[in-house]
Amino acid sequence: MNRWLAIAACLVLAAGSARSIATAADPAAACRVLTGARVHLPGGPVDNAVVVIVGEHIAAAGTAIKGLELSTTDPALARFRDHTCSQEDRSDWLITAGLIETRSNVGLVEVGAEDRSRDQNWEEGPPNRAALSVADSYNARSSQIPIARLGGLTSVLAIPRGGLISGLGAAVDLSGAGQHDAILIKGVALYADLGHGSSRAASILLLHQALNDARFFAGNKRAFDEGRTRPLSADPTALEAIGKVVNRSIPLVVRANRAADIEALLRLADEQKIRLVVNGGAEAWLLRGKLAEAGVAVILDPMVFGPGSFDQIEARPDNAALLHRAGVDIIISGGGRYFPLGLRYLAGDAVRSGLEYDAALDAVTSTPAKVFQLPGRGKIEAGAVANLVAWSGDPFELSSRPLEILVRGRVVDLSTRRTELRERYRRLPGSPVPPPPLPTP
Amino acid sequence: MTRIHPAALTSATQIMLIVAAVMLAWTAPQAASAAPRAKPDTTGTQEGEEPGPLPSLEQAEERGRRPLEDSPATKQPLVVLDGATVLTAAGKTFAPGYIVLDGGRIKSLGEGKAPAIDGAHVIDTAGMFITPGLIDTHSHLGVYAAPGSRAHGDGNEATAPTTAGVWAEHSFNPQDPGIQRAVAGGVTTIQVLPGSANLVGGRGVVLQMVPHRGSRAMRYPGAPETLKMACGENPKRVYGSRSSAPSTRMGNLRATRTAFLKAERYLAKLKKHEDKATRKGPAAKRWRDRDRDRDDEDGPERDLDLESLVGVLRGEVLPQVHCYRADDMLSMLQVADEFGFRIRSFHHATDAYKIRDILAERQVAASTWADSWTFKLEAYDAIPETPALLAEAGGLPVIHSDSAISIQRLNQEAAKAWYAGMHAGIKVSRDEALSWITLNPAWVLGIDHDTGSLEAGKRGDVVVWDGDPFSVYSSARWVFIDGVLRYDSKNTTTWSDFELGQGGNQ
Repeated sequence: MNRWLAIAACLVLAAGSARSIATAADPAAACRVLTGARVHLPGGPVDNAVVVIVGEHIAAAGTAIKGLELSTTDPALARFRDHTCSQEDRSDWLITAGLIETRSNVGLVEVGAEDRSRDQNWEEGPPNRAALSVADSYNARSSQIPIARLGGLTSVLAIPRGGLISGLGAAVDLSGAGQHDAILIKGVALYADLGHGSSRAASILLLHQALNDARFFAGNKRAFDEGRTRPLSADPTALEAIGKVVNRSIPLVVRANRAADIEALLRLADEQKIRLVVNGGAEAWLLRGKLAEAGVAVILDPMVFGPGSFDQIEARPDNAALLHRAGVDIIISGGGRYFPLGLRYLAGDAVRSGLEYDAALDAVTSTPAKVFQLPGRGKIEAGAVANLVAWSGDPFELSSRPLEILVRGRVVDLSTRRTELRERYRRLPGSPVPPPPLPTP
Repeated sequence: MTRIHPAALTSATQIMLIVAAVMLAWTAPQAASAAPRAKPDTTGTQEGEEPGPLPSLEQAEERGRRPLEDSPATKQPLVVLDGATVLTAAGKTFAPGYIVLDGGRIKSLGEGKAPAIDGAHVIDTAGMFITPGLIDTHSHLGVYAAPGSRAHGDGNEATAPTTAGVWAEHSFNPQDPGIQRAVAGGVTTIQVLPGSANLVGGRGVVLQMVPHRGSRAMRYPGAPETLKMACGENPKRVYGSRSSAPSTRMGNLRATRTAFLKAERYLAKLKKHEDKATRKGPAAKRWRDRDRDRDDEDGPERDLDLESLVGVLRGEVLPQVHCYRADDMLSMLQVADEFGFRIRSFHHATDAYKIRDILAERQVAASTWADSWTFKLEAYDAIPETPALLAEAGGLPVIHSDSAISIQRLNQEAAKAWYAGMHAGIKVSRDEALSWITLNPAWVLGIDHDTGSLEAGKRGDVVVWDGDPFSVYSSARWVFIDGVLRYDSKNTTTWSDFELGQGGNQ
């Protein structure tokens, strides 16, 4: 049985690495057996569970894994005891998969108001900048990354903004010394904003044009290079990028909140045969049947309700609950403001407004991983990447906090520049920067 | 119609016309003076007009503040809330306890079962939690009303760096759908402020969250006037980007200090004039009878901007200062010292933890967020333990929203700040943490003698929660303002006119 487990793990690893920049080179002997914790497995929470972490991956998880009975005295675990596996009693832990924020600016924006510190929007670019890849400006060393992790985030989609077609977002893990370490998928999705410009009908028109030209380009590259085609609406790099939406390898994520706009997008997606994700969806509940039928996922903020703008006059607090019940894939997101720490509380807000607990947890873990095809993320199961958070209690509750955070199996430092500031100013009055002692003779 | 030549009129008719003309001429000025006497126009005296007594600044302000709307007290029977955990924010917790609301006030409260009272309307609140109504010291509800639009952009009179004479009350739109949603979050009183584009943004206003047709009727009775000020990045960015002053922090301070210098001179003139007008003794009476016409008897001209600043100098108008960075806050404290006034509360104050010893010693409050940072460089150093550290140092932490969204869960924001402190080893009681959104903001707004905690005699501003208010899963079930039930989570009506008739055309 262990052999099948190993084979399955290898297949998952192989599939993962084909699409990622980072190659998962497992550090040699790191191995941990965690017992006694309450663990949120794909089927739901399980008390007194076992999680085995080997290198960057979860080797096993559960109380009883199909075909593999696991308990602390099980002979199958013996092989982990032969290694330098730490045996850890974690009965005060509640473990979930690391949370995933799908509309993040972490690593792209350091200080929102300072244009030299932000790189999310090609401000002087054309409306269609489809080939722009934020992975190229992602700062894996940003001081905001350790802070975001304290919210239980282990991966994010760093996304572009601006223009009609904003560019390609990047899927990243929140650790690593540089882009080569951190970036999981360079172009995970193409992003667009229906509200760009003064006319939504014009945005729909231009999106059709871009998609049609990309399809044409893909089938007539030779002719294009020889100058024998009609003029196209964008340059080849943009058309290549849009071509990935046309051939359904990546989704088109379009910002839209109003029911009318979502309806128009559903029509576009149907006509163009593309994978669509709605970003915002404040009034999506009005179209939940059609969204479910079309298999279109919705990224939403559960605290966006009430007529804050003309695009959300019919937004309701139970939006997430209604969508979920109708069978729509929902993703909860804080919108990438200065809000990475709040994602788990937003999930709590969604539960307060009627969404089932497990659905809310899925909405910040397994569903984003599924919709954006992030290999081995978002779930605690054998073969998955060890992106985990050990909580002091219910992760949605205000009283709980992360006790330990693992990204790719490595325990991350919980100190941040904020904890350092706190320590510097812990005792007042007194100089925060005392002079150094005199050198000894 | 044939023209009538005057000479053709009979002499009797002529006499009647003359009499009529004389009567008209005679009654006209009397008709004018029957209207409320306006302050004499100093730009040109009118013939035969007696200058009346000059209203004092207080009288002028009071006249400018009378509500037009009739606000009859809503009749409600005596209400008893029985069986909840009562969190008073006044140092006591009754688990379980009761509250009796009568005549708009908290009549009594205490431990255990409620006393039996004839005619009482008893509400069973077993298993629930009761807190004082939540108070938000920093809101732009109404002045940036939903839906966000150019038409609703009324929060920043960004046409000059100091506009002390604008009143947020005049921009406040009572039809903002955000108002009801804030009440659904347990908020019963807010301070609406102008924005922070200006160094002196104008007067704030303290409002009860009760539906009315005009903002005047929503004013919290007896609340003092407040003045919004700002330091740091916003003013210098707004005006600097137009290549006009201020464009630097030093430009900010120059403009702020200049405004107060002018106010000092104006105050001196006002004092001199008020002294002359009210002084006793024969010399003063002689001046009033004989010399006033010749002297500057009408006193200094009214100036709305200077009146607000003079109010600050006199300690009657409470300064609310938007400021993030520690050194900027120290600069503003120095300005306050220079002109002899006290800053009531800094707002946002993300660096407050760095100067909490100074703030505590001077009893300057800090209205801040649980967790909001790095959107501007001056907010780069914000830490989540700020309110807890301030409380530990004997300061006055307040959690505010500055947001139509987070005002809906102010209870959660206070909880986040409390737990952040506890996790860092800073011990703060739950009652103290609750005061960050109740009694402390009431103090900032000068109404802490009247509301902000559950004590006998205070206003019946009370929230019943369906669970621990510091849990993400809890919601307000019933909200009482002035002892009247204003929100019932299972029986809601739409407050805002904007929301009527929205929702499909089937």
